[in-house]
Amino acid sequence: MAHGLKKLSAFNITALALGLAFLYLPIVILVIYSFNASRLVTVWAGWSTRWYREFFNDRAMLDAAWMSFRVGVVSATAATLLGTLAAVALSRGERFKGRTLFSGMLYAPLVMPEVITGLSLLLLFVALNAERGFWTVTVAHTTLTMCFVATVVQARLSALDRSLEEAAMDLGCDPVRAFIAVTLPLMLPSIAAGWMLAFTLSLDDLVIASFTTGPGSATLPIRIYSEVRLGVKPEINAICTLIIGGIAVVIITASLASRLSSARGETAAPL
Amino acid sequence: MRGVSKDGRWHLWPILRGSPPRRRAPQDDVRCWKGKTVSARRIFARPARFAAIAPYLWMLLFFLVPFGFVLKISLSQTAIAQPPYVPQFDLTQGWAAIQAALAELSLDNFKLLISDNLYVLSYLRSVVVAVISTAILLVIGYPIAYGMARLPRRWQSVAMMLVIVPFWTSFLIRIYAWINILQHDGLLNKTLLALHIVSAPVVWLSTDSAMYLGIVYSYLPFMILPLYATLAKMDPALLEAASDLGASRSKAFWLVTFPLSLPGVGAGVLLCFIPIVGEFVIPDLLAGSDSMMIGQTLWLEFFTNKDWPVASATAVVLLVLLLAPMLIYDRLQRRQLEAR
Amino acid sequence: MTEDATPKESVRTEPPLAAVDMPLLRIDGVTKRFGGFTAVDKLSLDIRAGEFFALLGPSGCGKTTLLRMLAGFETPDAGRILLDGRDIAQVLPHQRPVNMMFQNYALFPHLNVRDNIAFGLKRANMPRPEIDARVAEMVALAKLEGLEKRKPDQLSGGQKQRVALARSLARRPQVLLLDEPLAALDKKLRENTQGELTELQRRLGMTFIIVTHDQEEAMTVADRIGVMDSGRLEQVATPRQLYEAPASRWIAEFVGDINMIEGQLESSEDHRLTISTRDAGTIVAAEPRQPLTKTTICVAIRPEKVKLSRRGPVSDAAGAIPMNRLEGVVTEVNYLGGVTTYKVKLDTGAILRASMANTARLDMNAYSASQRVTAWFTPDDCVVLEQ
Repeated sequence: MAHGLKKLSAFNITALALGLAFLYLPIVILVIYSFNASRLVTVWAGWSTRWYREFFNDRAMLDAAWMSFRVGVVSATAATLLGTLAAVALSRGERFKGRTLFSGMLYAPLVMPEVITGLSLLLLFVALNAERGFWTVTVAHTTLTMCFVATVVQARLSALDRSLEEAAMDLGCDPVRAFIAVTLPLMLPSIAAGWMLAFTLSLDDLVIASFTTGPGSATLPIRIYSEVRLGVKPEINAICTLIIGGIAVVIITASLASRLSSARGETAAPL
Repeated sequence: MRGVSKDGRWHLWPILRGSPPRRRAPQDDVRCWKGKTVSARRIFARPARFAAIAPYLWMLLFFLVPFGFVLKISLSQTAIAQPPYVPQFDLTQGWAAIQAALAELSLDNFKLLISDNLYVLSYLRSVVVAVISTAILLVIGYPIAYGMARLPRRWQSVAMMLVIVPFWTSFLIRIYAWINILQHDGLLNKTLLALHIVSAPVVWLSTDSAMYLGIVYSYLPFMILPLYATLAKMDPALLEAASDLGASRSKAFWLVTFPLSLPGVGAGVLLCFIPIVGEFVIPDLLAGSDSMMIGQTLWLEFFTNKDWPVASATAVVLLVLLLAPMLIYDRLQRRQLEAR
Repeated sequence: MTEDATPKESVRTEPPLAAVDMPLLRIDGVTKRFGGFTAVDKLSLDIRAGEFFALLGPSGCGKTTLLRMLAGFETPDAGRILLDGRDIAQVLPHQRPVNMMFQNYALFPHLNVRDNIAFGLKRANMPRPEIDARVAEMVALAKLEGLEKRKPDQLSGGQKQRVALARSLARRPQVLLLDEPLAALDKKLRENTQGELTELQRRLGMTFIIVTHDQEEAMTVADRIGVMDSGRLEQVATPRQLYEAPASRWIAEFVGDINMIEGQLESSEDHRLTISTRDAGTIVAAEPRQPLTKTTICVAIRPEKVKLSRRGPVSDAAGAIPMNRLEGVVTEVNYLGGVTTYKVKLDTGAILRASMANTARLDMNAYSASQRVTAWFTPDDCVVLEQ
């Protein structure tokens, strides 16, 4: 009987196990039912891929999926760029005028209800007479996801050893070069994680997209939502499983890549 | 060559300061050594601040400025027009036109919000739902975060992955998954019937319970992660010291671990409470239609009634309501960052 | 910290055994394994009441593991730990009359100094007025007046250490365990604190067990030292015995500087051994207390026992003690303030180390490099050890 105070009690393990089961159970059920041959979600009629086929024949859904994908890629890239810059400024910039306002603005979208941000952005676009469609949604998503990227990157930046940059400076680099040569490579895993996070959030967003989109440019969540309101459709199961599968593939690739790079002796960056 | 002194070493101060290198006096050494850590930071600070320009401007334009518009529209009236509100400010029409437009602004919408029970109840319901949900989230999330923090180091990153992955798989999908299970002839009822726990299918959907389930399900990672982050940072020697001084395991938890985890608790609570107040999708899909949360009310006003001014007023009041918690959260975040 | 007015004892004698001949703490055949690695290997040790005991050894020798087993944070895989006759090996830490002072202090950051010290007393369900009295006593003991309301992050390193000490003494444990308590302090503060610790221990009459890797520290504070290596106790002795009569070659080399000369035993007569060595010719050494089992032995001589002169020792009157004389050249001189250490390259090629106290401020006769000298030492200066 060891008294290591780090030992888990039965209660802890049960809590963990139940928690994880709770998180994953609905998803597992959804994936299983996407292969259900029967139209009725309640009856199991054998394995089938008909819902997948229906999805690929559904023009409207495919358009929405493509739209979501494009918005996701563009907004994630923009958000990663801006978010990383913001993280650098906040983490290395010490005190500067307007820093409080800056960090306040940057982190507010993290907590603010999406209905508020969605409405405010729409009103801005209306005032600017901007045509609502791909670009307005992209801009809105960038604004929203920027703060998530900044959080992830800043966490990593604060944890990095400052003496590396100082060593680079000591060896003759000016600060910017030192940053690019030393800090940036070490930050890359976090920046990549930030991009993926921004992409997922954009892909997933319903409320803000609903406010800021225009006619004919519905995103996938908007389509799914309108379908779901009418009732459970098995095709949705298939779409959802595809999305989950896609994200799972991306996550596994990413963690394998970071595992490989850490095996090569570089730092494995936590999120 | 600029910046290189007689002994051949690079000196950065002259490059940045633009002044010729000074001969090192004895007092310089003390300051220089002590100053090396400080000034190194300052050397980085200047270019780092430039990085803030682009995101700063972006957030000013796309975050701060829009609130001005929300405020302005909230003071306007609805109209059958494109866009559907009056007055409209047309900057080309000169100052007099603007003054006239300003005169048309009124607080009518806010009066409506205060007087009409529909809205008052909606705000109340939102706060109540948020408080209850956050409490449930804390009670469920704390043991999970605690368990995670006590795992062996290797397993902690795996556990964190496991907690984050559902969060990355589409929020809408996860709610939909619950609809799947909770429907009248869904999996839950089938299981209960098969186990003879109930004799007839129970109505799960369109109830408050379904809504709470959905909220807890969606926000659990937001509660777990800040809690885990704080708990993982705790020095295990503190628990040993408590035990050494006579505290049993449960006493040690309540007297040492819990108080030290309070910053994480605060962050988790606020990270959940604030957005839940304005939630729309979950109550819309899972809750009954007898009473609405404020997010649903706003959506209704905007999309169904096409009443932009009232919707904006709703948003303004919601923002004012949430201002205090948001400021507390911001203060907590900054303190956490400074503590690093 | 002001120094004590009364002069400290310069020589530590063994503390008298308590009237009852049973040691306070008996560690009996304790073994601890972590996976395939044995941290503590069938270790047995008796610690007497009222003594200041030091566990000394290199990193990874198991001394901290042993200490943690005494505190209750690890449980031995085999063996018993008897405190006052009672086996406490399986007793939970919070139920043992043993307290520990942690290496990085482990002060509760959310409690102020007073509440940190009172923590253990509250757990003991002491009535409030008694707690206040005891806390005041501890504050005076550790010289923390005026700091009671401060939080740990407002204290200096030395102050934190005193709070940790006060906190661990508050419950008046039977044994106080100290886990490298002075490691984080600078030299001056460390020396001062060592003095204070010994004085405190004497005054309280408590049993202290300190774990340290610093030999000087162990020798300064401890009544007896247990030297550990790879989970085993190599020798338990007073500082003087440890230094002047090491039990093995490893200990002789671990504690302090030493000259180790390997050789073969030639003959033994009249309590003196004649040893032939490759590096130093024939050496006459005093017979060791334990009889030798092998003829391959080494002779250990501490540098300060090696005397240097330009002309060789002046022999006494008839019946002179046979001296061991070696000729060589000084190759290195290190002036360290109180002593000067020399490296002498003998004519045989081996290096001999000597150290001499700088007794005169201006020494015209100090040796310098490349001077020819005679190094000499008496048979009693040698310790004969098996290889």
